Amino acid sequence: MILRKLLPLPGLSLVLLLIWLLLQNTAAPGHLLLGTILAIVIPRWCADFWPRQLAVRRVGVMVAFLATVLWDIVVANVSVARILLSPAPRLRPGFFELPVSVTNQVALVLLANTISLTPGTVAARLSADRSRLLVHCLDMDDEATLITQIKNRYERPLKEIFE
Amino acid sequence: MLSEILVSLFLLLGAAFALIGAIGLASLPDFFTRLHGPTKATTLGVGGMLVASIIHFTGQGRVTVHEVLIITFLFITAPVSAHLLIRAALHLGMRKSAYKATEGESGNGH
Repeated sequence: MILRKLLPLPGLSLVLLLIWLLLQNTAAPGHLLLGTILAIVIPRWCADFWPRQLAVRRVGVMVAFLATVLWDIVVANVSVARILLSPAPRLRPGFFELPVSVTNQVALVLLANTISLTPGTVAARLSADRSRLLVHCLDMDDEATLITQIKNRYERPLKEIFE
Repeated sequence: MLSEILVSLFLLLGAAFALIGAIGLASLPDFFTRLHGPTKATTLGVGGMLVASIIHFTGQGRVTVHEVLIITFLFITAPVSAHLLIRAALHLGMRKSAYKATEGESGNGH
């Protein structure tokens, strides 16, 4: 109970301590102490307006998801570079609508961010009822394959992590 | 020696992707396709240079990792700015050109 009062948002506290140490670029005892004080004080100030439902349910899936995204960024960067550098680029740009089934806000933001980060696609607009995401694609081969790919690679793990 | 080769490799890789992003920005036919260039250059372009920076300064005897923060913040903010730009473009009704139709025509989408 005391621990809960001292650290109302343990995840945020940990992230703050990590960011402090990274900013200082050291793990010296003095900065560890200062970072710990900040990690205790700051969450107490903003605990009241911090969203409560933010919980990573499956850390393993999260790590695997991050690795997938990083790998996809590299692969897609290379393929976009190849398109741009070819003498006569053959582009089939266009919009398509991705049906979205995640409802958690954080998961939705992460899904849209992931789509924008992986080269070749940029998330453009979320429909008012949050069920469809308009995506612009640089070179659209087959809409259905792209949709299933995004759903399987990004949406499913995000759902497992946050819902 | 080995670290110098690695640093050069990552620097060149980052610079190459930044250049490709710039080429894409300059040569693609309309606003929506152009948007893809800069959002991509930030990921691998800056990422490669920051990895080079980590290796270089860590090789000098002091462990340096605060570049990780730069990468993290870039990965959070780059998609947001791309999203705002494309929303603004949709709102203004920018022309979506078919690639073939606009060959030789430049400057649309501004």
